Amino acid sequence: MTEVTRNNPLDRIRDLTGGVGSRFRALPKWQRYAAFLAFVVFLYYLPLLGIPGLVWLRTDSIDGGNNWAGVLFTCAIYVLIAIGLNVVIGLAGLLDLGYVGFFAVGAYSVALFGSRQSPVVAALQNRFNLSEDWAVTWAVCIPIALAIAMISGVLLGWPTLRLRGDYLAIVTLGFGEIIRIVVRNSPSWSGGPSGVAAIPGPQGAPSPDNTVFGLIDVKPWYWLALTVVLLVVFGVRRLENSRVGRAWLAVREDEDAAAVMGVYPFKFKLWAFAIGAALGGLSGFLFASRGGFIEPEQFNAQLSILFVAMVVVGGSGNMAGVALGAFLLAYLPERFRDFNEWRFLVFGLALVLVMLLRPQGLIPSRRRARELKDRQEEVAPGV
Amino acid sequence: MNFDELFGHLGQHTVDGLAKGSIYALVALGYTLVYGVLKLINFAHSEVFMVGTFAVLGTWSMLGATDNPGFGLMLVFLVAGLVGGALASGATAVAVERIAYKRLREMNAPPLIFLITAIGLSLVLSEAFGLWQGRLIVGMPTILPQEVLFTIGNTGVTNTQLLTVVAALVMMFALDQFINRTRYGRGVRAVAQNPDTAALMGVNKDRVIMLIFLLGGLLAGAAALLYAIRYGNTRFNVGFLLGLKAFTAAVLGGIGNLRGALLGGLLLGVVEVYAATLTSSNWEDVAAFVVLVVVLLFRPTGLLGESLGRARA
Repeated sequence: MTEVTRNNPLDRIRDLTGGVGSRFRALPKWQRYAAFLAFVVFLYYLPLLGIPGLVWLRTDSIDGGNNWAGVLFTCAIYVLIAIGLNVVIGLAGLLDLGYVGFFAVGAYSVALFGSRQSPVVAALQNRFNLSEDWAVTWAVCIPIALAIAMISGVLLGWPTLRLRGDYLAIVTLGFGEIIRIVVRNSPSWSGGPSGVAAIPGPQGAPSPDNTVFGLIDVKPWYWLALTVVLLVVFGVRRLENSRVGRAWLAVREDEDAAAVMGVYPFKFKLWAFAIGAALGGLSGFLFASRGGFIEPEQFNAQLSILFVAMVVVGGSGNMAGVALGAFLLAYLPERFRDFNEWRFLVFGLALVLVMLLRPQGLIPSRRRARELKDRQEEVAPGV
Repeated sequence: MNFDELFGHLGQHTVDGLAKGSIYALVALGYTLVYGVLKLINFAHSEVFMVGTFAVLGTWSMLGATDNPGFGLMLVFLVAGLVGGALASGATAVAVERIAYKRLREMNAPPLIFLITAIGLSLVLSEAFGLWQGRLIVGMPTILPQEVLFTIGNTGVTNTQLLTVVAALVMMFALDQFINRTRYGRGVRAVAQNPDTAALMGVNKDRVIMLIFLLGGLLAGAAALLYAIRYGNTRFNVGFLLGLKAFTAAVLGGIGNLRGALLGGLLLGVVEVYAATLTSSNWEDVAAFVVLVVVLLFRPTGLLGESLGRARA
């Protein structure tokens, strides 16, 4: 049966990078750790990039300014999103097309509770007779944002996760739009279409006195985001190899079989959804803190599809893969800003081509690639 | 909550809703046909509709259509628009199947992969039109100026509303007859029930699949014409929200069920108009979505149940 599929020259592309991963895994443990450590150091060094021969990586020549760190910050945010969405799509196998909704929830949590200009803070000031300068501290906003995002994930997941996978995709797509529409239509508590300004950072509301996390130098923001990414990578990696992670894989591969083996699919799907939502909220939180201003139109459905594209193109189920996908899809449009108009067309083409030629993604998860191969061999030739 | 307005002009709002829902129903048929046979959400169907609206516009401008033509010219434009829209949409739908789905079907890929390919393809289609036709709303000539034909009580029915509803019902009836009475329709029902057995009985599965994509595309083209008459404009991303609504309509009625698509479409149109009357038009999309979630919660197979050939096979 394999003969049939191998005849197609396009199929060879699918196996292109297969060898690199297994050779890396064959190295002794300390060498792998050293390589990883070197990579992390390189990531922290990246905004200062001056290595001869690598300078072309920087986007400054196109922007004419010093926004290289800003681009890296965007990449880091997207990587965080991709890792969160990977929990939902890659590990638990639930297609979530409304991930931007959780991103928006996180962003709006810090905006509404942390900004002195938000209607929610104004209402709290009135209610409890607080001073005009009062707002929830940035650090306190983190758990608030995580909790609200997680609750919204559970609220969305509770009714919809019992549905078949493809219904879920449409319902979540609707959810992403609804969040945006509701926020836009409710100026009384969300600022409405004009958005919310003066969103705080680690040093409080944006002002020229902020020395580290200011508006001009983005490098500290990038380092902050990178640190968060690394912590999340560590956490999700632990989760992947835990009982929960194995339950996700089981549910993804065969829900009924998993249920028979005593894994309650709904519970683990809901967990995946909640954790994914919290990570999406976290990245939205960082995004809003850095920008200092958000408005509903920043959270459109195209962004959701971009997020899915990052996970799928990179290789869903594999964290290195989705991180690469996120980096490419955030970095390339910045690097080739001249072709900005074309970027969603190119995303679309990339999605179609990757799915047709390399459905397991650029750096696939081994288990996922095997699943696809199995299915392919089940089909009779000539159908 | 503006209950006075809603109940004072209940008939008027219902007629508005039915006219709106007819367009949803025609697009929903495309989703339902493909889902009934392949168990696959053809996400790119919304862009098939979008291509149809631009084809209608293209046909009209090629023929030199202007506002308010005489009755004879109007008929010519309507027929030409129907032919142009239906052909373009049908061709797009078949092309989508050939390019995006055929290979995946041969690979026996999981449904998720189909969905993502379809999303990619719909992005490509809408962005291609965005780059080609610009990203702003494109106006169309008013071929059929709205006028009130007759009134019942305080409910006025306009010519476009009547045309939309009647056209949708006629096409729905024709499709129903085609699927249930003809030889090709029997093939479609057979593949929907069991593809392998159908193939053993001599049904050409590949051709049936092309046929359903073609049918869905033709109906989307017809919907595009009705949309052009009713709204008089289009845009590169016109398909996204309408596609979402049409899919909601299909699910509402029971996906895979042709009559369900009609029922779901009309119902969704009416619900939206009611919701917009009660609150403001800003909230109608939210209402559509809430209806979808509630229906899926209590009746996951939709109002009439899922079937293409199963119920009365």
